[in-house]
Amino acid sequence: MSSDQRDAASATMRVLDEAGDLADGADRPDADGLLAGYRQLVHGRRLNELAGALVRQGRLAVYPSSRGQEACQVACAAALSEGDWLFPTYRDAVAIATRGVDPVEVLSMLKGDWHCGYDAARHRVAPQATPLATQLLHAVGVAHAARLKGEDTVVMALCGDGATSEGDFHEACNFAAVFAAPVVFFVQNNKYAISVPLARQSVAPSLASKAVGYGMPGVRVDGNDLAALSTVLGDAVERGRRGAGPTLVEADTYRVEAHTNADDATRYRTADEVDEWAGRDPLTRVSAYLRGVGVLDDDIEAEFTTDADRMAARVREGLGVDVAPDPGELFAHVYATPTQQLVQQRAALQAEFDVEEAR
Amino acid sequence: MTAKMTMAQAINSALRDAMTADESVVVFGEDVGPLGGVFRVTEGLTHDFGEDRCFDTPLAESGIVGMAAGMAMNGMRPVVEMQFDAFAYPAFEQVVSHVAKFGNRTRGRLRLPMVIRIPYAGGIGGVEHHCDSSEAYYAHTAGLTVLAPANNTDAYALLRAAIESPDPVVYLEPKRHYFSNEAVDLAAADSTIGRAAVVRNGRDATLIAYGPSVPIALAAAEEAATEGRDLGVVDLRSIVPFDDDTVCEQVKHTGRAVVVAEAPGFASVASEIAARVTEHCFHYLEAPVRRVTGFDIPYPAPKLEHFHLPDTARILDAVDELQWEDAL
Ligand SMILES: Cc1ncc(C[n+]2csc(CCOP(=O)(O)OP(=O)(O)O)c2C)c(N)n1
Ligand SMILES: [Mg+2]
Repeated sequence: MSSDQRDAASATMRVLDEAGDLADGADRPDADGLLAGYRQLVHGRRLNELAGALVRQGRLAVYPSSRGQEACQVACAAALSEGDWLFPTYRDAVAIATRGVDPVEVLSMLKGDWHCGYDAARHRVAPQATPLATQLLHAVGVAHAARLKGEDTVVMALCGDGATSEGDFHEACNFAAVFAAPVVFFVQNNKYAISVPLARQSVAPSLASKAVGYGMPGVRVDGNDLAALSTVLGDAVERGRRGAGPTLVEADTYRVEAHTNADDATRYRTADEVDEWAGRDPLTRVSAYLRGVGVLDDDIEAEFTTDADRMAARVREGLGVDVAPDPGELFAHVYATPTQQLVQQRAALQAEFDVEEAR
Repeated sequence: MTAKMTMAQAINSALRDAMTADESVVVFGEDVGPLGGVFRVTEGLTHDFGEDRCFDTPLAESGIVGMAAGMAMNGMRPVVEMQFDAFAYPAFEQVVSHVAKFGNRTRGRLRLPMVIRIPYAGGIGGVEHHCDSSEAYYAHTAGLTVLAPANNTDAYALLRAAIESPDPVVYLEPKRHYFSNEAVDLAAADSTIGRAAVVRNGRDATLIAYGPSVPIALAAAEEAATEGRDLGVVDLRSIVPFDDDTVCEQVKHTGRAVVVAEAPGFASVASEIAARVTEHCFHYLEAPVRRVTGFDIPYPAPKLEHFHLPDTARILDAVDELQWEDAL
């Protein structure tokens, strides 16, 4: 471990400052690439807003919003190639949509239809994990298997600051490092685990600095700076791809909304703190820079917004279609072939419906 | 002295009263401090008793339970909260290999007086991992006391008893009843661990239930009464230790029994009850003991959970099958 690596794990990498100006010593980002990223940010923000509205209207049961974290969401998905894998959490709907999964399928889980609404195998996006940090070990397994099979797959494994306290986080980092597995551990440090602030999770100099103990590089990056995230995550993916092993990336960001709509964040944090972070919005920073270099103007902005509105209208319509759930499905997927008992239980349930119908 | 309160408030009162009575009682877990728990069960405890008595930990269930075991070894009485049933699983190793076995391993020299509170079971339209009925895992592990209150008075009384118990207790809180308001008589509550309660007398058959299934069994008995069938209901209150006496006395009296539980039926607590009743009451039984349980499936997504959960119709169907013709 070089002293450079230790420094990277504590200093925060930045390309654009809060005003959208180039940070000291940073290389100019590729403007066209950033413009494409900005379009995705606009879509991501719109999706967060839509999901919030659908919860308020009772169309979705619950939504853990990534508002304020859209740069993280967009950058981690955009860093992957088609054959790569994404391991998201409940908060990462926007990342999954950015990866190309239909948002209708992503959000249908929150309608209560099934535990995962999209085809996890086809999209190479694991089901959104709720038991914290557990998915990180699966990510290591997918990556290690890819290595053994000679594939150049890289796995992006997401978790929050709170999840880094779980034993599984430690085990996943260690396994990945020992096996030089092509995994990028991407920690969105949004400063809270429900009500519990970061200071109660860790007193390490940074979450990225934990990488030192596992013998892998750790990088801390401004989580509201899309350009910086794209560089850091792109490098980490490339590192995995060429067989150099895992990287731990910590994004310094903030959960602008409550944990979910069911949470009351005023019980544990001040409005001033939230306002301060709302002022570091990941969208305005990119748009300011792109306007400054003449790549973005009102027309393009309007086009992105119209696109996002169209997406939102389509998603709203898609989620508005209620398909009656098929109770037979309860028994269909538990085993590859249902057991004798499940066959009997399914028949018993069917008999209840038959009796009801006969009435 | 009765007061109207929710189950969350009754449990909160039990924690408060125990913390006031005994300085060694400490409460910790995830979000139990300033937030007061995601179900507000620990509301105000940090404020009223201070950071040392009620505090948030780093987010790690194995850490919470393992640290509680150590604190219990050193003279404290920790009461820890697992945020939801399925989130207790990272602590499984600590619970099964250590918390349950320490007293036995040390020939009683190091007992672990600690309580693991778990909001459990479904019926709230919760997403995956928020609705498990995990009682069988704990009941199967020797050394653990497993309590499952069904009403607000018991929620208070049994938690007080759990905190005072020299043994580790898994305390299962039926989360669908957290916000149900009931008159609670704290003074009159029965705080005996291991004693079931006959919550309804009946001549024709006995329904045996615990936790969230008790109100459903009672509703079924109500409905049966309108059809001229007189069903009794036993509320176990305590899964381990199991009150064979009360359960068998009732079943011997009626000669028929249906066990009601929300967990999947295979290798379940309901199976244990059915087996015990069959062994102890065989010569009194007019029909085989029936179980009405969840299916042997992972807990369903919200829109499908009503297909899975035992309801009064399924209970009454099971009662109908208790060979009544033969009795005529
Ligand atoms: C093993 C486990 N324990 C507890 C929970 C309950 N829970 C859900 S989200 C959450 C906070 C997680 O915080 P963090 O990892 O920072 O992610 P964020 O929600 O901030 O994105 C908790 C405690 C859980 N899902 N899994
Ligand atoms: Mg967080």
